[in-house]
Amino acid sequence: MSATLTETPRQATGPPDQRHRAAGAQRRNWFGGLAGWLWLAVVVVPIYWILITSFKAQSNYYASNPLVPPSDPTLENYRLVIESDFIGYFVNSVVVTVGAVVPAVVFSFMAAYAIVRGGDSRLLRWVNGLFLLGLAIPLPATVIPIYLIIIRLQLYDSLLALILPSIAFAIPLSVLVLANFIRDVPKELFESMRIDGASEWTTLWRLAAPLTRPAIVTVTIYNALTIWNGFLLPLILTQDPDRRTLPLALWTFQGQYSVNVPAVVAAVVLTTLPILVLYAFGRRQLLSGLAAGFSR
Amino acid sequence: MNTPTGHQSRRGRRGTLPLLAAPALVCFVGFAIVPVLGVLALSFTTWDGLGEIRLSGVTSWRAVLADPGLPHAVWVTFLVIIASWAVQTPLSILLGTFLAGQQRYRGVLAVVYVIPLLLSSAAIAIAYKALLDPNFGLGAGLGIEFLSQDWLGKPGLAFGLVVFVVSWQFIPFHSLIYQGGVRQIPRSMYEAAQLDGAGRVRQFFSITLPQLKYTIITSSTLMVVGSLVFFDLIFVLTEGGPGDATRVLALDMYKRGFQANLMGPASVIAVILVLVGLLLALLFRRLGGRDPSQSQFEGA
Repeated sequence: MSATLTETPRQATGPPDQRHRAAGAQRRNWFGGLAGWLWLAVVVVPIYWILITSFKAQSNYYASNPLVPPSDPTLENYRLVIESDFIGYFVNSVVVTVGAVVPAVVFSFMAAYAIVRGGDSRLLRWVNGLFLLGLAIPLPATVIPIYLIIIRLQLYDSLLALILPSIAFAIPLSVLVLANFIRDVPKELFESMRIDGASEWTTLWRLAAPLTRPAIVTVTIYNALTIWNGFLLPLILTQDPDRRTLPLALWTFQGQYSVNVPAVVAAVVLTTLPILVLYAFGRRQLLSGLAAGFSR
Repeated sequence: MNTPTGHQSRRGRRGTLPLLAAPALVCFVGFAIVPVLGVLALSFTTWDGLGEIRLSGVTSWRAVLADPGLPHAVWVTFLVIIASWAVQTPLSILLGTFLAGQQRYRGVLAVVYVIPLLLSSAAIAIAYKALLDPNFGLGAGLGIEFLSQDWLGKPGLAFGLVVFVVSWQFIPFHSLIYQGGVRQIPRSMYEAAQLDGAGRVRQFFSITLPQLKYTIITSSTLMVVGSLVFFDLIFVLTEGGPGDATRVLALDMYKRGFQANLMGPASVIAVILVLVGLLLALLFRRLGGRDPSQSQFEGA
């Protein structure tokens, strides 16, 4: 009992005391628990309100209690949203997201491999430094020259105009996370591939890629989310309604139907649904990947 | 392409490595590095976004620096950064500490917490606009006067709403970062503290908080640098209004450039944004120190 707090670091290396571990686990964190449940309510109530409102008919919406689900749920709001061309916007969003995420992840993986394997090359160290610097470049600050470049390339109002800058801005963080994971692959494995006469290209796809698959999945999900939700690039690089992606379409829809609250929230639900489906499948990878990516 | 190093192995295999980095490098330089340099160049020109680009020296810089709109936008940006940091950090630490506990239901809570992080800022802003509509929203329906105020019509309320919605969206993310941080604290430190009879609150302030120092710096860096460039959320939620009450730098840049067609002055604002961002990132790196192992001894 004579231990003082200043001695704790030394005790940290000693064997754990089973008796006190058990005692510690039983202690309740009432304050944290209260905050945890309160925050759950803060998150859930708006989402619940959006969901039930999206099934209410506009006619009796104003009269109903906002927190009670509709007695006669209607799909009318969803019909209105879908008839406002949301299928087309959905396709645009898919094209832009897939068209940007696939090259971004493949290129980042190749670059991360080169940076880890060629760590003694001054050129590659310099490239790595440039990517790290890129982490600090804010997208909004670069949109005016991007707009100019896109006009000069005659790409204004095309989906490719959205894809190219999206790839560029996905690269720095992707390279950083992927390189951290490739570094964990034991050197002996690379060495044995080399002795077998495998080229760097073969080693990259046959050895490094399978061993870092969780990281590749995480980076893919993260980039897909960012690009799917992107608003600023579509706002400045497209004008034609046929080139709208979902977030921009949602914004214009809200401008048109601002008094029709059930229709607006139905549009919010529809644009969000694909992400929630993706989340249901990739939740584990996203959560563990986020933790791993930022704890290094 | 040749690597400058001397020890090239058989068949010049190392020579292929820079080629592997080339596609990423080309994309990144073309659409990130060139635009950063380009925005600096454009800040010395006059351009309406459609016609010819003409060199005009420091005209745009003079105009922007003399415009009272700039200090206002800087001030609002600063307030958003400070307020959203001050709201998010304590809550995220509290929730992260809570989530790091053992009971299984906390994992279920974490799954729900993450949902706001998945939604687009545009969707969140539009949902809150509908939810807080003074006539048709939740507050009006339930007769709660606090909720049925004119949230977007009064400067103070609009600012508070921006900070709240930002927190709603990003607290989950930072809670996860803190959850990871708390889980790395050695258990034996708490056991030792218990032997000394330190209570829960004392343990939190004497062990958890000091041990989280580097997590706090990481999370704060992401928060501050992130809120410097908020655009989507504020644009959809308030469009900078009412008046200029929530006109942050990124929004000021957009409005000057793409609404008033003054690309020169807008580029000046963009350069300022890049500089402030780099400065803040460097500042936090300084704060981070160079020896993370020090944190072990700061619990004392």
